[in-house]
Formats: sequence, C-alpha cells, structure tokens
Amino acid sequence: MAEFIELISYSFFSKALLAALLASISCGIAGTYIVARRKVFIAGGITHASFGGIGMGYFFGINPMFGGAAFGLLSALGIEFISKKTEIREDSAIGIIWSFGMALGIIFIFLTPGYAPNLMTYLFGNILTVSNTDINFMIILCSLLILFFILFYRIILFISFDEEYAQSHKLPVNTFNYILIALVALVIVLNIRVIGIILVISYLTIPQSAANLLTRNFKHIIIYSVIFGVLGSITGLYISYIADLPSGAIIIFVFVVLYLAIWLLKYFHQKHRIQRQLK
Amino acid sequence: MGKIFELIDISATYGEGIILKDVNLTINSNDFIGIIGPNGGGKTTLVKLMVGLLKPVKGRIIMHKASGRDTKNQIGYLPQISLFDKRFPISVIDVVLSGLASEKAVFKKYTKADKDKAIELLARMGISDLYSRPIGELSGGQMQRVFLCRAIITSPSLLILDEPNTFVDSKFEADLYDILLELNKTMAIIVVTHDIGTISYYVKTIACVNKYLNYHPSNIITEKQLAAYGCPIQIITHGDIPHTVLKKHDH
Repeated sequence: MAEFIELISYSFFSKALLAALLASISCGIAGTYIVARRKVFIAGGITHASFGGIGMGYFFGINPMFGGAAFGLLSALGIEFISKKTEIREDSAIGIIWSFGMALGIIFIFLTPGYAPNLMTYLFGNILTVSNTDINFMIILCSLLILFFILFYRIILFISFDEEYAQSHKLPVNTFNYILIALVALVIVLNIRVIGIILVISYLTIPQSAANLLTRNFKHIIIYSVIFGVLGSITGLYISYIADLPSGAIIIFVFVVLYLAIWLLKYFHQKHRIQRQLK
Repeated sequence: MGKIFELIDISATYGEGIILKDVNLTINSNDFIGIIGPNGGGKTTLVKLMVGLLKPVKGRIIMHKASGRDTKNQIGYLPQISLFDKRFPISVIDVVLSGLASEKAVFKKYTKADKDKAIELLARMGISDLYSRPIGELSGGQMQRVFLCRAIITSPSLLILDEPNTFVDSKFEADLYDILLELNKTMAIIVVTHDIGTISYYVKTIACVNKYLNYHPSNIITEKQLAAYGCPIQIITHGDIPHTVLKKHDH
C-alpha cells in the first residue's frame, strides 16, 4: 500500500489515474447507451474506422487524434445514415466502414516516410503517456456527456427503448440518434490514447455487462459501470506496474475477472434463495 | 360528439407498390371502429399513417383539436408487441411514464401526480404490484397491459391498437375488451385485427382495408358483403351461425 501511495506521488502516475477516472466516466455513460441499444458492433466499426484518420494525421503531419476524431465522427454519422436511408443493411455497412478505415490507415502509414513511432500507442493505448491536452479534452467531453444525459435523460431513455413510439409522439428521434452516436464516437476516439483501438471496446461493454447483472435500471447501470471502470482501472494499473505488464491488457483482464466474480456471486445468491424458498 | 380525425383521399406506397388508394375515413369522438383486412392489405400502413410514422403520397390527414386537450399527443398508440427489445433495462413504471416524456419540459422531472396516475392506470389493468419490475420479466399479456397504460396516460382523444390480441392470453382478451369499452366513454378507439371473431362483439362499426377502404356502419357484416368489398379474409364463425361473421342480420 505504501508503495502504491508513493506511486501516486509521481506526476505521470497521478495523470494516469485521472485518465482512468475520465475514461471510466465517459465510457460508463456512452457504453450503457450502446449496450442497451445493442450498438456494440457500431462502436467497434467507429473505433477501427478512426484508424484511417490517425494514419492520415501521420501522413500530413497533423495531430493524429484530430484525424481520428474526424474519421470517427464521419463513420458514426455515416453508419447511422446508411442504415436508415439506404438499402444497405446496418451490419454490412459497419463491416464496410470498419475495414475501409483500417485500410486507409495502413495505406497512409505505409506512405509516410520514416518510422511511425507512436503507432503502437494508438493500437494498444498507453495510459502512462497521456498528455495534458488529452486530459483537457476528456474533461470537456465528460462534462458535455454528463450535462446532455442529465438534461435529456427521459427522452434518451424513451427513444432508446422504443424509437417508433417516440416518433409517434413527434420527438426529434433522428436528431437525437445522430447526436448520441456522435458523442459515442468522440468518447471512443479520446479514449484510444488511453486504452487503444484494439481494446477500447472493453471499457464500453465489460463494466456495463457486469452492472447489468446487478440491476436492470438504465441509470443504475451507468453509475455501477463508472464504479467498476474505476475499480478495474486502478487495480489493473497497479498490477501492471508491479508485474511489469502492458496496462491496457491487464485492465481488461481485471474487468473480466470482476465480471466473472459478480456472475458467480449472483449465481450462488440466487441458488441459495431458491433453496430457502423450497424449504 | 364531433369529428376528431379525418383521412381525406389518402394514398400510400411501399417501394413501388401502391398499398392504399383513395382512402377516406372520418373518426368521431365516441367511435369504436374495428379495422379488418387480409395480410398485406394495408392495415399496418393505415395505422402508421394515422400515428404519423408514415407520410401519405397523396391526401390529407386532419387532427381536430379537442377542447381542453393538448394537441401534441391526442393519439394513443398500442404497437404490435413483437417489435420491442425485451431485455432493455427499463422498469414497468418508466415505460408507462415515457408516454408523458414528450410533453415534459426538459428540466422538469416526472411529478408525484404523474407517478400516481401511472400506478392508478396499472392498478386498473390489475398489475400495479409489478410497477418496479424490469419490463422483460413480464409475460406477453402483462406487457401488453403496460403498453396500453403508456398509450392512455396522456388521456388521448383517439386510441389506436394494432393487433392487440396477438400475444394476449384468452383470459386477458376478455378483460382487454371490457377495459376498451370503459375507455370508449372518453375516447374514440380503433382496433386493427385479423381476428374478427371476438372483436366484432365490441366494436360499433367495421372498416375493411384491402388497398381500398370500405366503411361498414354497423358491427354486423356477412361473408357476401366482405366479398363485395374485395376483402378476402378468413372468416371465423361462432356457434350456430355458420355463414355470418358475427350476429345474424335481423332484417
């Protein structure tokens, strides 16, 4: 424990903790939305498509995160549009955009002269190298998300549960769908620095699924997944530090252990209750 | 009694096919209309037009403002149940309250009065004890009651039910129609169904939809009349009345 407190006193490590906290909040909210609406595959598509923008950033010498954000947003809005307005089916549209984004990224990086030094950071993330700019952007995004979900919670829940019925009440269903998927895209892109393209989906799904084992209330799923996200991140960071293993992968490992533990607890609790009732 | 809703010369298409052509229907405040017709005849399209989910390619839809009622949600709608994600994390009372969501200002929470109203409606359907349960834990019939509560919590002047008996157990089916008769005192009701057997005891008039709409101003309709309307639907007969859909003509 003393070792842990000493660790926090290093500025890079306290920054990592802050990044983990912000990742847990933003992904807790956005993830609950995509899990409840079964849009996890869309989130995967957005994540991978943003790699195209990161590659483009390298090629043109601009901040790869800006390129990533642009591609993330465009692919999010594109998937939403294609699946609603055209004959192409949603999962096929995701498959196309997912692989096309990755392909563009690979082409751009191949064309960029020299070696792309931080490429691994984008693929696997590195919570220990998160910059102050990244942190600032994440604080702004978290505030925006919290505000939006507090203001429009009822309408978001209504539309998510039954889009058609909300439409029959003349609610701006499409506008909300576009705004929400755009926010999800921003959450994904900003968290790529923390956890990486390959692994970011974990923050959006595992804490939420664990929370969903305990409650079936949308609001409570958000709160529990933020808590699980923070717990898993801190534990994972600590283990990765003492065992000298990659932080992103260890955090996911901890998430899955947490999920299994809750599942087992729930299973035995239910069994116990049924046996008591049968007596 | 007065006009509350009018469809005037409505035509609707799906892809390149014409689903509805020159449909006219006037709904008065205490109507109870059964809409019947074959599968693919345009029943669901008609419902979607009425609740605003589809725009007609031709014609006008007029909602008359009922006195003392907000025009925004004058139509309550019970969709076909099979379309829901039954694992969605939402409680029964939140589903009922969501019927009010579009009427609330952004900052306003649901009031105690709103919640009391929701509980009262659930009690009328005999399921108030389930209010805090996740919607996915309910049976098909119970879900149907919850969605009916959501449809009527705004006190609409017109209630539209799309195939309400699809997932309903036979015990609730009778209850449902009694509830509808009670509701019909304060709102017009349209029931879309392919099961004309049970419904026709309750409805006042019948409209037959098969691309065109034929309005039949009574709840007694014979096979011959159906044929004349071009409405080839399977006829379910009752008891000793082999060739009449509902009751015998007494004239």
